[in-house]
Amino acid sequence: MNEKPRQPAEPDPNQPGQTALELINTGAEWLRGTGRACDVVVSSRVRLARNLAGFPFMPRASRVDRQQIVDLCHHKLMEAELADRLLWIDLREVSRLDRNLLVERHLISQAHARGKIGNHSVTGGRTGEDEPRAVAVGLPGERLSIMVNEEDHLRIQVVKSGFALAEALTEIDTIDDRIEARADYAFHPRFGYLTACPTNVGTGIRFGVMLHLPALKLTGDIEKVTRAANDMSLAVRGFYGEGSEPLGDFFQISNQTTLGKSERVLLHDLEHEIIPKVIEYERVSRRQLVERRGEAIADQVHRAMGVLTHARLLATDEATRLLSQLRLGVAMGLIEKVDQQVVHNLMLLVQPAHLQRASGRNMTQAERRIARAELVRNRLAEAVTRRA
Amino acid sequence: MKCACGKNEATIHEIVVVNGIVQEKHLCPECAESEGISPDPHANIASLLAKHAQPAPAGPSVSGPVAPRRPPSVRSVRCSACGTTFSQFKNEGLLGCADCYKAFEFPLGPLLERAHDGATHHVGKIPRRALAASRGGDRPIEALLGSLEERAERLATLRKQIAEAVAAEHYERAARLRDELRSLGSAPSSPGADLPEDRPEA
Ligand SMILES: [Zn+2]
Ligand SMILES: [Zn+2]
Repeated sequence: MNEKPRQPAEPDPNQPGQTALELINTGAEWLRGTGRACDVVVSSRVRLARNLAGFPFMPRASRVDRQQIVDLCHHKLMEAELADRLLWIDLREVSRLDRNLLVERHLISQAHARGKIGNHSVTGGRTGEDEPRAVAVGLPGERLSIMVNEEDHLRIQVVKSGFALAEALTEIDTIDDRIEARADYAFHPRFGYLTACPTNVGTGIRFGVMLHLPALKLTGDIEKVTRAANDMSLAVRGFYGEGSEPLGDFFQISNQTTLGKSERVLLHDLEHEIIPKVIEYERVSRRQLVERRGEAIADQVHRAMGVLTHARLLATDEATRLLSQLRLGVAMGLIEKVDQQVVHNLMLLVQPAHLQRASGRNMTQAERRIARAELVRNRLAEAVTRRA
Repeated sequence: MKCACGKNEATIHEIVVVNGIVQEKHLCPECAESEGISPDPHANIASLLAKHAQPAPAGPSVSGPVAPRRPPSVRSVRCSACGTTFSQFKNEGLLGCADCYKAFEFPLGPLLERAHDGATHHVGKIPRRALAASRGGDRPIEALLGSLEERAERLATLRKQIAEAVAAEHYERAARLRDELRSLGSAPSSPGADLPEDRPEA
């Protein structure tokens, strides 16, 4: 997001907080708000689940096994030239606040932050914040992240701005090859890449497209999208939290099955069958809303801008909801002085860990509301003056 | 279409491939339930396990002596490498190691089929280094791509998918699947041929 980062200094291991600040300052590429179909598509991601041959899977891995896996991966990943610079973060060495920050940036899962094995509860399995685990983040841009010792030994993820699944697949395929050239993966002729959970076995691949669908949400047609997606073995989930009411009209569409369909066929299903239809559906709905309820939509968008630029107290959920409306306004050309990158960055910055990191101190919930409102006011004022 | 019971409308259509033979089943929800077929193809693995992991008749036991009087229940099958039992897997939803897939291949097969829309075999990327090593001769290509029967089944799965794509007039998708079929068909028979996927050489 900024100009080229200065000559990157290795973060002081005694000051792991530096890492978090560095991430906030260099910025993630997927927040740019550019790329194909960026009026509707926020980002495209591809994830691979991989396990190293010769080690037990996480539920049966002892502490010694886990430490060995972390050491091995640290060594192999760092020498594999996977990014301009690969930032290695040992999660035992960073504070809980910074682990939450990594979750908010979609670089690690909630479970990984807490040292749990995916979303599973393993009887007698070792879990806890002290368990050896790590994440490697590709800089600049955070396009690549590799969780080590989450539910599988390796969870490799590539994220891109806009609708770019094919590009993301090409990129992750190369990265996977480079890792595989240095480490044997657990593989079975019938079942493919072996994973701890059998729902991921086969290709181990998960495509995910994050879509902003305010018009379909408003008309209720999102239900139809969900049903159509389910018919193609695709899942539709809200942006934050599983199962709970989605915040801010963001939805992720991802494949549910990983066995029996090649990476390319899955890609084809998403890229040529379902996602373009959803994008078109959302665009048509937006146009119809403008035709039929133009004043009401404009009112909603400008009210959102009004609250965001003047509120003195803002809760996370409220801020996210308003920013979603602002994003719609920007995409529809109703708000011209703000661009999508500003909106996307704010969506991260209003979250608790980011807010506290950005202001440099821990805060109570009440203090956070004040700070959040202030931050949003300042950022939007800055953006407007820059554009003026 | 009526269900096999003749009473109700068939709403659940399952296609099962057994030894390369395609069987179609058209059932009403009740009959599906009694046959142990989930009405929801996307039911998660835990609920699949809860519903279908009842002791199945006569399965090959992985550890222990062959052919005891009473066939051992699937639940007690144990992975000799990591010690995980099938019943443990049933509770946790996670396998303990790579060998668990061999140890539990029998009970796991139908489970994966339900979780993955009827698929029984991997189609797609294969680790390149392992593939290259298999060409050197020290590891037979069968170790990676599976036995002839497994490959035949994989081809059958693809043919079925192609037929479905054509029937639904998804011609572009059918073309992709055909490419897949071709690359699969050529790789196993001639180890010197191109990689199963036309990715550039590293
Ligand atoms: Zn019936
Ligand atoms: Zn095992």
